[in-house]
Amino acid sequence: MEKKIAVRVDDLTVAYKYKPVLWDIDLEVPEGILMAIVGPNGAGKSTLIKAILNIVKPVAGNIAIYGKSYRKNRSMVAYVPQKGSVDWDFPTTGLDVVMMGTYGNLGWVKRPGYKEKKASLEALDKVGMLEYRNRQISQLSGGQQQRIFLARALVQNALVYFMDEPFQGVDATTEIAIINILKELRRSGKTLVVVHHDLQTVPEYFDWVTFLNVKKVATGPVKDIFNDDNLTKTYGINYKVSIQN
Amino acid sequence: MGVQDYFELLRHDYTLRTISLGTAMMGIVCGMLGSFAVLRKQSLLGDAISHAALPGIVIAFMLTGLKDPLVLFTGAVVSGFAGSLFISGITSRTHLKSDTALGIVLSVFFGFGMLLLTLIQKKPNANQAGLDSFLFGQAATLMVKDVYLMGIVGSVTLLFMLLFWKEFKILTFDAQYTKSQGFNIKLLDSLLTSLIVVAIVLGLQTVGVVLMSAMLLSPAAAARQWTNRLEVMVVLASLFGAFAGLAGTAVSASIARISTGPVIVLVAVFIVLVSFIFAPNRGLLFRTIRQWRNRKNLRINKILVLMFETASAHPDFSHPHSVNILTNIQGFSKKRLREMESKGLITYDKNTWKLTPAGFETGNKMYKDLNTN
Repeated sequence: MEKKIAVRVDDLTVAYKYKPVLWDIDLEVPEGILMAIVGPNGAGKSTLIKAILNIVKPVAGNIAIYGKSYRKNRSMVAYVPQKGSVDWDFPTTGLDVVMMGTYGNLGWVKRPGYKEKKASLEALDKVGMLEYRNRQISQLSGGQQQRIFLARALVQNALVYFMDEPFQGVDATTEIAIINILKELRRSGKTLVVVHHDLQTVPEYFDWVTFLNVKKVATGPVKDIFNDDNLTKTYGINYKVSIQN
Repeated sequence: MGVQDYFELLRHDYTLRTISLGTAMMGIVCGMLGSFAVLRKQSLLGDAISHAALPGIVIAFMLTGLKDPLVLFTGAVVSGFAGSLFISGITSRTHLKSDTALGIVLSVFFGFGMLLLTLIQKKPNANQAGLDSFLFGQAATLMVKDVYLMGIVGSVTLLFMLLFWKEFKILTFDAQYTKSQGFNIKLLDSLLTSLIVVAIVLGLQTVGVVLMSAMLLSPAAAARQWTNRLEVMVVLASLFGAFAGLAGTAVSASIARISTGPVIVLVAVFIVLVSFIFAPNRGLLFRTIRQWRNRKNLRINKILVLMFETASAHPDFSHPHSVNILTNIQGFSKKRLREMESKGLITYDKNTWKLTPAGFETGNKMYKDLNTN
C-alpha cells in the first residue's frame, strides 16, 4: 500500500534580510515516520520547521499538511519550540503552560474548561510531570521544562509533531523518557519531525533522516542514507560514523 | 493630619475626591498593563511612548484650539502609537538594536513636542497655558470630565483584558508558539501595545511625560515579587497602582505646595523597595535568611551523619562517645552540639554524646540518601 504523505514541501526558499537560509527545498514526509533533521549550525533546520508551521514567511514555495494548506489543517499539527526560546521566569505553573496547548483548538476568546484541564493533566502524567503541575516553571530543571513543552504538544492531540531540539540540555533519564514517548507516538501512527544534533544517536532513535545545509542534501530511511557520503556532503568534513543496523 | 481627618476631608472636598478617584483609576490601569509591559521586556518602551505622546498632545491642541480631555487624549494616543510603530520599524528594517531605536524615537518625538510647545507659547492665546503641565504632570488640573474619560477608557481596557486574557498570556509567554496555533499575533501584538499606550497616556496629565514609565513599571515590578501567577500579579499590580495614586494624592494634599505626580511615583517606588526586600520567596531578606538557615542545617547534618557512622559501628547505638572524635570536622562547635540536643537528636553532657532514637533514625535516613545518589 502506498503510504500517505503527511507533509509536503515544494520549492521552499526562505531568507532573513539578504542571505538565503533555505534554498529551494523539496521534501516529502511519509505518514508514521520518526524523522531527524540534521545539519550544521546555520543550516536552516529550525527555519525549515518554522516555515512549515507558518511562523516565518517564505520567499517562495508551498507547504501542504495532508494535502491542504497549514491554515486549513493547523489542528493536525503540534509544535515543540526550543526550550531556550521563552523566558522561564514567566509567572505561571507547569499545568498552565500545558493548557496553552489547547488554546489553538479553543480559538479566540473562549476559555479552557474542565475538558481541557483533564487532557492537560493526562499529558503531564504521560511525561511523568504530574506531581510538578503546580510548580512555578522557573523552579523546574531543564529536563523537566522540556517535558512540560512536550506535554503541551501532546495535549494538542495532533497527527504531525514538529520538535526543535527536544534533547538539548537534558539529562540521560529525560532523554530516554522523551525518546520513548516519541517512539510510542510513531507506533500509534503519528508523524514526527525532529531537529536533532547528536549524530551518534540518529540510527538508534530515528527511522528517517533528512540532511540539510541550506539546500536539502538527502532524505530517506536511516538504514539507506545515513552514511559517510551524505554526512560529508552535509558537514563538509569526513565523519566516521558506524551504522549498527 | 491623621488618617481619619483625611477621610473627613475627602468626604467634603469635592476637588480632592475627584483627583483621588482619577489617580486611583490611573494606578489600576497602569498596574494592569504595566504587568504585561514588564513581562514582555518592554519596560523602556513605556518611557519612549510617554515621551512620544507629547507632540500629539500639542498638535491636537493646535488643530482644534480645545483643551478638551478627549481631544488631547486622542492626539497623545495617536502619536504614542506612532512612536511605537517607528521603534518596531527601525528594529526590523535596520541593523539597529531596540535600545538605539527607543533612544532615537524618545528624543526625536520629545524634542519635537518641546519645539511645538514653545511655539504655541509665543502665540497670544491664553488657553495654551497649562499644556506644559503634561511635562511633569499636575494632578490638581484633573477635572470631572477627565475622570469620566479615565473611567470609560479604563473600563474598555479591562474589558479587552478579560476577553483576550488567554491570548495575551500565551502571546507574552511564547509568541511563535501562539502563531503556530493559528492566532494572528500581529493583531494581538498591536492590540496589547495599543492598550499599553492608552494606559500611559491616561497617566500623563497626572504624572507627566518624564515620570510616567515609573508609574507603569513600579506596580508591576513590585507585584511580581509576591506571586508566581500571572492573574494574581495583574490584580496585585492594579491594587499597588491604586494605592500609590491614593496615597500620593493624600500626602500631597496634606503638605502644601507639593506636586502630586512625583509623590505618587515615589510611593510606587517605595512599594517596589518594600517588595524587593520583604516578599517571601523572591524577596532579598527571606532569601538571605533561607540561605543562612540552609547552611546551618547542612553543618548540623554533616555532624549528624558522622555521628551515625560512629554510633552504628558500635553494637549499641546509644553508647556514649567522646566529643573529641568530632573536633576534626569542619563546622563543629559546642554550640552546634547544644543545638542538636535542643532538636532532640542527641543527648550531650560535657565530654560525651550519644544519639537519641530520633537522632539515629534521622542520621540513618540521611546516610542512606547520601549513599544512594
